[in-house]
Amino acid sequence: MTRFVVKRLGGAVFVLLVLSALVYGLFYLAPSDPARLACGERCSPAQIAQVREQLGLDESVLTQYAQFLQGVFTGRDYSTGVSTLRCDAPCLGFSYQSDQQVTELILDRLPATASLALGAMVIWLTVGVGTGALSALRRGGLTERALTVATLAATGTPVFILGLLMLMVVCAYLQWLPFPTYVPLGEDPEQWAWNMLLPWLTLGFFESAKYARLTRASTLETLAEDHIRTFRAYGVGERAIVGRHALRGAVPPVIALSALDLGTMFGGAVLTESLFGIPGLGKTLIDGVRVIDLPVVVGVVLVIGAAVVLANVVADLLYAAADRRVVLS
Amino acid sequence: MTTPLVEVENLVVEFPGGGSGGGGGGRGARAVDGLSFTLPQGRALGLVGESGSGKSTVAGALLGLHRGTGALTSGSVRVGGTDVAEASPAALRELRGGVAAMVFQDPLSSLDPYYAIGDQIAEVYRVHTRASRRAARARAVEVLERVGIPDAPRRSRSRPHEFSGGMRQRALIAMALACEPRLLIADEPTTALDVTVQAQILDLLHGLREETGMGLLLVTHDVGVAAESVDEVLVMKEGREVERGPVGEVLTAPRQPYTRALLAAVPRITAVPSPAPAPVPAPVPVPVPGARESSGPGDALLEVSGLRREFGRGKGRVVALDGVDLTVHAGTTLGVVGESGSGKTTLGRVLVRLLDPTAGQVRYDGTEIGGLSEKALRPYRRELQMVFQDPVASLNPRRSVGESIADPLRAAGVRDEELIRRRVQESLERVGLDPDRYAAYPHEFSGGQRQRVGIARALIAEPRLIVCDEPVSALDVTTQAQVTGLLRELQRELGLALVFIAHDLAVVRQISDRVAVMRHGRIVEQGPVDEVYGAPRDPYTRELLAAVPALDPALARARRSARGELAAA
Repeated sequence: MTRFVVKRLGGAVFVLLVLSALVYGLFYLAPSDPARLACGERCSPAQIAQVREQLGLDESVLTQYAQFLQGVFTGRDYSTGVSTLRCDAPCLGFSYQSDQQVTELILDRLPATASLALGAMVIWLTVGVGTGALSALRRGGLTERALTVATLAATGTPVFILGLLMLMVVCAYLQWLPFPTYVPLGEDPEQWAWNMLLPWLTLGFFESAKYARLTRASTLETLAEDHIRTFRAYGVGERAIVGRHALRGAVPPVIALSALDLGTMFGGAVLTESLFGIPGLGKTLIDGVRVIDLPVVVGVVLVIGAAVVLANVVADLLYAAADRRVVLS
Repeated sequence: MTTPLVEVENLVVEFPGGGSGGGGGGRGARAVDGLSFTLPQGRALGLVGESGSGKSTVAGALLGLHRGTGALTSGSVRVGGTDVAEASPAALRELRGGVAAMVFQDPLSSLDPYYAIGDQIAEVYRVHTRASRRAARARAVEVLERVGIPDAPRRSRSRPHEFSGGMRQRALIAMALACEPRLLIADEPTTALDVTVQAQILDLLHGLREETGMGLLLVTHDVGVAAESVDEVLVMKEGREVERGPVGEVLTAPRQPYTRALLAAVPRITAVPSPAPAPVPAPVPVPVPGARESSGPGDALLEVSGLRREFGRGKGRVVALDGVDLTVHAGTTLGVVGESGSGKTTLGRVLVRLLDPTAGQVRYDGTEIGGLSEKALRPYRRELQMVFQDPVASLNPRRSVGESIADPLRAAGVRDEELIRRRVQESLERVGLDPDRYAAYPHEFSGGQRQRVGIARALIAEPRLIVCDEPVSALDVTTQAQVTGLLRELQRELGLALVFIAHDLAVVRQISDRVAVMRHGRIVEQGPVDEVYGAPRDPYTRELLAAVPALDPALARARRSARGELAAA
């Protein structure tokens, strides 16, 4: 197993290198000029040229990429003309816009994204798996049909519509909750939870439809297997058959998919983040792209890439732990 | 007189709309059609029949397993005094496992892959006894010990995939024993097992019955298995009773023609009723200098020596073939017998170079082909063909059988569509199928017919050697007899050499001229079939032969005690 992890992490490093090179390449194909955007509205060509030099944009793409890699592995020094700024490894550079270190920026935004993703996962695991199990137990009945319709509706509703509906109903119409603003966990845990509740529910409900369908399908598939017949023939009750034996078959796929979804959500929950004003990674990425803030974009893409690759490794490990017949190689 | 353990009266089970149930098949088929029988306390009854005879459906009906599945049942079934059709769900649960316990076929899929075996047995035990978790776990270990699982306290924590096939079957029997039922229903309990393991399981069932006095309903397609284990036999066909009586009478003096036909089709291991004349060894041809030496009948066609094949590397390395030497003579049949894992399938595949040997020689018709490149091998591919075990899995369900049969011709470079079609039709005719079914798909054929399609595919390229890997093990005995008959006939007409790989010693004896016995990748004994079967030299061969179920119950009893002595020795 150690060999498996080492092998996969080695692969991950390679994937991230390719990813960063791709982003660099894409940037220099883009028609706009980051120096002009960084400089501001009324900049003379001379000022722009100066900014370009400061940002290192006058160097060739290859040199810039090499410098970037150097920064990641050994750290690098930036000279602003007056003084030099030391940026320790892993250095992802400075934002063109705010001159903030990208690593700091990411560390600043990560908690918001992580709390959104983890909270949503709790919701989709309970609601999704619960719904799926219930509809498998009540298969053929009215409950199942109602649940099928509900999950279909949830899958069919775009996440921002779902979020807007929540905001309208809960905050505007019923006024059960104030409109959410992000409060960091470290500041006030209670406020953090109350303000995250709607984003969690939105993302959690949206995702749980998928999990309900997966759970139901895996459970029904297991119910058709021979070993279920064995337990029926020994007088084991229906609830134990579904709950203990059939549902168990849904555990490995649910775990695997959850790990993957969690990985994507570290960068992909942009819509939910924007809607609820959560200063997360997705929002940072979109803002960075808009102003061609290369170091921020590369940094966030790398973090997202790392999260996805890591989630894949974790998914495989958990799958193997949940189904002992699986051999990792 | 006490009430019988099982009373079945005029039982009818119908699966509307082509439901399945023990291979009941068909549209709206009556799987069981008016069956009645009784089983007194402590007695053993064998339900014997071919696939689709409804025997497994009867077994399921005894536990009410068809209730709630949409199957239509009528008639009455009483087990241990409980009316299975009328019983409340609670009473039915009590019956299942408590009064009558079922041992299923295919022990791998019949246990939950996610839980430890001991926990699964404990769960069943707790359903019926209100015992504490700890007590139930202890009971599980106790019954696992009783069925001969070594180191039961530790092995009870293993999951099913960590058990061998024979051990899983024992575990299922242990589950059945847990609640001390009065009736054991065993549905093909040994079908997936090797012959020596089968003998162990049957001996175990026999011992348990003597010890506990429980009744047994044994469902089997194998008359030999029934002969060993039951007092009475009920022969079924198409859901109806054909013949019923004491096992000695039915098997030795059957009254019904169907029973007689069924028994006649069972391959015997003792006497060989050989309709095929023994191949006459041809005079040794005088070598013509300069001419390509082509082997005639009786000459060595395929010779392997020092054959070795490994799979995997490092710790996971498995030696499937470990120094195999053998010779296949033109126009004759070499039988290869062995239990699962003995390497016989690997051997078959190396012989036709579907697998490359790790070491050793494969000489075909004087040429070393073991190391030839795929390109250099091409001329030989046509002459070396293979028939596979599973006639369902070895045909592409989405292509017509004609297309599948034509594959070897197309692979050999034939492009003339008219010729291909004609040859496919000839081939179909040759194996006894209607040549106009060229365009039919595999699912339209029965199992035996599908195996004929597989043979037609092997024949079409006019091979000189066909390796048949368990060609009849998925078939009923009567179909088996037809397919082996066909192979023998084709051999006579076309002068084919056959390598016939099977786990069934009786079938191999029927068809082979020479036989090789394999174990752990080695050939432990080989020679003319009468010598090997008549006077086996190797102890393993003797063990195999002693494990073959006998058709005569008296002989079966003698064999059982002989096995006991062999085990004690």
